[in-house]
Amino acid sequence: MSSLQLKLVSLLVQEHFGDVVEKICTHLLKNGSNNFRSVVSTVKEKPEQVKKALCVLIQHNIVKYGLNKRGMVEYTADVEKALLLVRYPRYIYSAKTLYGDIGELIVEEVLHHGEILMSNVVEKVKVRLKEAMEGNQLEPSAIKDKFIDLVNTHFLQRLPSWSAEDDEESKVIPLIPHLSVSDADLYRIPETAGVTGKRKRPLNDGGRSSKRARSSSVGSEPDQEVPLDDGIYWKVNFERFHRYFRDQDIISAITQRIDKSAGDVVATMLRMSELTTDFMARETKPLSFHDIARQMPKKLENRQLEQYMKLLLDDQTMIVKKYGDAGGGMYEIDLEQASRVICTANIESVVQERFGSKSFRIFKTLLKKKYLEQKQIENFALIPAKEAKELVYQMFAENFITVQEIPRTPDHAPSRTFYLFTVELGQVTFMLAERCYKSLINLMTRRHFESAENKRLIEKEQKVEAITASMQGSGAEPAQLEEIEKTMTQLEKEQLQKYKGRIAKLEQSELQTDKTVFVLNSFILQEAEGRL
Amino acid sequence: MAGRGRGRGRGRGSSFAADALGLGRGGEALPPPTAQPPPLFPPLEFSPAPLPKNEEDNYMYLLKQEFRGHMRDSPYCIKPHNKKKDIERYSDKYQVGSGDNGIGWHPDWKRFPKELRIVSRKARPPKSAGSVKPSLSTARVSKKINEEVIKKLDELEKKEDGTKSGEEEEEEEEGQEEEDAEEYYDEEEQEEGTDYISNYFDPGEDYIDEDDGGDDGPTY
Repeated sequence: MSSLQLKLVSLLVQEHFGDVVEKICTHLLKNGSNNFRSVVSTVKEKPEQVKKALCVLIQHNIVKYGLNKRGMVEYTADVEKALLLVRYPRYIYSAKTLYGDIGELIVEEVLHHGEILMSNVVEKVKVRLKEAMEGNQLEPSAIKDKFIDLVNTHFLQRLPSWSAEDDEESKVIPLIPHLSVSDADLYRIPETAGVTGKRKRPLNDGGRSSKRARSSSVGSEPDQEVPLDDGIYWKVNFERFHRYFRDQDIISAITQRIDKSAGDVVATMLRMSELTTDFMARETKPLSFHDIARQMPKKLENRQLEQYMKLLLDDQTMIVKKYGDAGGGMYEIDLEQASRVICTANIESVVQERFGSKSFRIFKTLLKKKYLEQKQIENFALIPAKEAKELVYQMFAENFITVQEIPRTPDHAPSRTFYLFTVELGQVTFMLAERCYKSLINLMTRRHFESAENKRLIEKEQKVEAITASMQGSGAEPAQLEEIEKTMTQLEKEQLQKYKGRIAKLEQSELQTDKTVFVLNSFILQEAEGRL
Repeated sequence: MAGRGRGRGRGRGSSFAADALGLGRGGEALPPPTAQPPPLFPPLEFSPAPLPKNEEDNYMYLLKQEFRGHMRDSPYCIKPHNKKKDIERYSDKYQVGSGDNGIGWHPDWKRFPKELRIVSRKARPPKSAGSVKPSLSTARVSKKINEEVIKKLDELEKKEDGTKSGEEEEEEEEGQEEEDAEEYYDEEEQEEGTDYISNYFDPGEDYIDEDDGGDDGPTY
């Protein structure tokens, strides 16, 4: 956790949950695990407020609690989880591409609430869908089916819950609830959860009414009733989404490098290994040629597929590897290598954009040849000595290139030492990730600044809109509406337009930057995993 | 940093820093040492590439705005407390969510540590109306609590008012909460005790459940 990450988290949390929660989250991050009492005394907020804030953070899986050695409840904030807030739109969007509008709404609802009951999601999505598509009839079970789909493909995950017998028997409430879930249940929909109905508290049995009866009970007070799936909460499985992002990256990389069909082949291989391969695995399970051929969505002829496999194997990136010859050839995808290749490509394009194409050439040479002396760089990159020196120095000053000293004598005298330039991929990646965080902070700060600058205008627009809407509702004359419209001067409108354009640009840059962060971070993660 | 980067000068033996960078020889001086921080907005040598403009990004941008807007309006976004200070109205007490106790959403308390429980008087289920029913529950509860109070009186001498405050949601929770909460009382009282407003509560219908009613104890 770096100070930049911390700053970014505090901005993100503030944006989503308000100042109080931000204060507490930052406190927890800066000071590590803390108990309630010390949080209250340091942040100078009312205990009530702190309680609420902690609840919100726990609800959104940013803060975890546990007992410390002395039996006190301690709260710990998780930077990684909080940083994901910036990626939420991407999760929602990919749910849309995978599962359509219903999937999008489901994931959005789950993200809104952090953790939520299945029955609640279904209810909420139903309401929102009704608003969106007036009149159009929707299969009542469609939402539920989509939810089950999402769970089956591990995009949603069950949260640990308290066990039933504890709940019923013990009257003493423990300091912290003991929540648990078995691995087998993580992606299994309990039978009761499938039913969207609710039961009345007093009568525990007879809750499983037919679908008709259920829909009639929807309108009544939720306080009185306990949903049948009470206690079984679901959250978004970010890891699964990350895996999906990574797979998409790999596919698009291959597509760009070779062609669409090659991308399809890799997509098929990734899809086949989706559930069999662990997220952090270094390579997918080997797949036989015939299996791949069978699973291809668009039938390729065997000969063609063979050629593509050969092409993929011969490719410089070495993402696809041959595992063995059985079954017409066993192939696997080297996920570590893929992550490295994609990350390197990202870094290279950063170098190109920041330093120009000549520096890019030097950088690529260094990547390829690993360790080079200044003289060799000039020769390999075919750049005149003086210019090359300057370019190398520039990149060195910005930490893209590092120097390895190899002294010929033990005294490290500069005149008897080799200075070898090299690119340390891990370090550069880390540095770039930090820079991305920095630019995310800058983007958000700028956005807040812009909003503050134009606050008056924005409020005015909202007011005008509200008045227009209410007048339209009451059936006002068009002339009146026009009059209200005119309260916004041309200049103001232009200003607003400009402001909105700027905000859109800033927000989109945020999303773009986060994409880069994702690529860089997954490489860092892979590296860390490899070193263990 | 720059001084160490000697690329080639084996055997030359001259001043190494400038030479290694190839700057020094021909009269070119090294850049002077910088005494001030770099400019806040350094000139851009290469203009950044334009943002890719496709439907996906546009849609994600809309999603982002919508999501943020939603979170801002949702009860999860806690408004700073002192904003309400401008003028205190009688009706404030009866507004959902504006009171100190209003948490605005319905957390499943079974999933949170016990000390965080906030019992909102607004969220009190109508069910508790049943518990007002005359003597039955009162007798049962008060007996238990009386013992508790006596014990506490011994312990705390002057702090009788530190016992349970009046906002129990469900009577069955009272017994155990009493025991567990004890350790928190002393300090919390001092923190909360002086704040009358924040702890003021409307005795409501199940006032009778409590032995010592609406004093300044912490609310769980």
